[in-house]
Amino acid sequence: MPPRNQLIASAALVVLLALLPLAGSRYAVDLSTEVLIYALFALSLNVLIGFTGNVSFGHAAYFAIGGYTCAILLTTYRWPLAISLPAAVVLAGLVAAVVGYFCVRLTQIYFAMLTLAFAMLVWGVAFKWKEVTGGDDGFTGINLPAMLTNHVSYFYFTLAVVTVAVAALWMICHSAFGLTLVAVRENSVRTGFIGVDTRRMRWAAFTVAGSFGGLAGALFGMYHRGMYIENAFWTESAQVLIMVLLGGMYSFVGPILGAATLHLLQVFTNQYTTYWPTVLGLILLVIVMVLPDGLIGLVSRVRARWGKT
Amino acid sequence: MSAGAQTMLKIGGLWKSFAGFVATRDVSFELEAGEVHAVIGPNGAGKTTFFNLITGHLRPDKGSVAFEGRDLVGLPPQRIVRLGIARSFQRINIYPRLTVFENVQVALIAHEGQQWNLFRPGRSLHREGTRELLELVGLAAEATETAGELSYGKQKQLELAIALASQPRLLLLDEPTAGMSPQETSETIASVRDIVKARGLTLLFTEHDMSVVFGIAERISVLHHGEMIASGAPDAVRNDPEVKRVYLGNNAHG
Repeated sequence: MPPRNQLIASAALVVLLALLPLAGSRYAVDLSTEVLIYALFALSLNVLIGFTGNVSFGHAAYFAIGGYTCAILLTTYRWPLAISLPAAVVLAGLVAAVVGYFCVRLTQIYFAMLTLAFAMLVWGVAFKWKEVTGGDDGFTGINLPAMLTNHVSYFYFTLAVVTVAVAALWMICHSAFGLTLVAVRENSVRTGFIGVDTRRMRWAAFTVAGSFGGLAGALFGMYHRGMYIENAFWTESAQVLIMVLLGGMYSFVGPILGAATLHLLQVFTNQYTTYWPTVLGLILLVIVMVLPDGLIGLVSRVRARWGKT
Repeated sequence: MSAGAQTMLKIGGLWKSFAGFVATRDVSFELEAGEVHAVIGPNGAGKTTFFNLITGHLRPDKGSVAFEGRDLVGLPPQRIVRLGIARSFQRINIYPRLTVFENVQVALIAHEGQQWNLFRPGRSLHREGTRELLELVGLAAEATETAGELSYGKQKQLELAIALASQPRLLLLDEPTAGMSPQETSETIASVRDIVKARGLTLLFTEHDMSVVFGIAERISVLHHGEMIASGAPDAVRNDPEVKRVYLGNNAHG
């Protein structure tokens, strides 16, 4: 799609979503809020995976840091949202910068394992630091501004924040910086020889991914009025990774599609069975065997088949 | 060396070994600004290692590499490129899944230091400069093609365009015609010579085709088992008894 059409399609989607509460279904509004948050989470991870070619296995860490930080600042310290939310993003970004500093020294499976190790450390802190995080009881009773306690107003708030964040990510991924990240992904050695410090580029991508992941986590915590140690667990990192793969990592919008599909599948599956992990395994199997470039790849293959481009 | 010529690259006592195998043995070497200089030698003589040591891909065990008076030892490739040395690779080293246009465009973005610009759309930058470079190497018609699908010879030309995008003063080409047909070889060499002369570049290249070497090189250096056994004007090198013995005389290089 040419950029102009992409812009029109995106604007139409935002308008449609904005009209959704008029349909009067609380269920649809809540589900859409969740999908928006996961979509941002998956998009943030894809800066690292799809654009830079570095598979992180610990992205839940930044989601959790953002979520806990925002929750704690709002509730324990009674800071206003206008400060708590940006502070959560900044802290998630700072931690990502510190962790990334070490991780980008490694590549491939070693990189992935180190991101996992740091994420487990974050989980450990959330678990053990009971007086601040609530430990395994979770951090509950988040103090939200009165105007956001209604589910419709929180949906609009999420829609606004996610729209701005996705626009920012779109700009970053399509900037000169983003194109250079793709060059790093495609051929790191050659990119060094055109004068780029590839390690610093990967470090920057790691930090950007962590910051936006933190924003998604903050929105998530406020939506659920609580943060739990499971949100920092490695299974969360795996789930967002699957969202990215399911949607298609070599496309900007792929992860949005993946997040929506996977989350809706999970919600519907849970209505009929408690075997979500089994279903998730089957989905993963299908991705690896028949959808290597995700749903987006399927869409373009179908289009090619029917002669449209 | 003619009087008044400026030494661009000065290498002294360079050593490199890999697990006991000495790939570069006490190599000293000087390159004057503006010259076209070939490094020849049988396979395994250490030509590529020599290039890798200059461009920061490998770090020498011992010795000095000075470019325009500046010590390069220990600098990473990206710093050395920025000082004005660009290279191509013997084995194709491009972005095979990007378009031909993007291959050159991203190199121009890097050259301008715009890789940290998070706001300007990457695809809108340096379109004119990219087109000019593609035209220069004869790839204008292939701009929108996927780089990995080009013919071997054209991928080599793309390598050259990527290297030129860094606007080097010293260009290192590692076997620029390896794997090319005789027709492609002579075209490539003619185009390289024209570009080098038009842009006032200094060229250091390795090549196995002796007709190419003696056709364009103003000076030739010979590597053998990691040692620089001769360096000088083509005729002097051709008639050097040591070179004849180890390389030119009894070797069927075409």
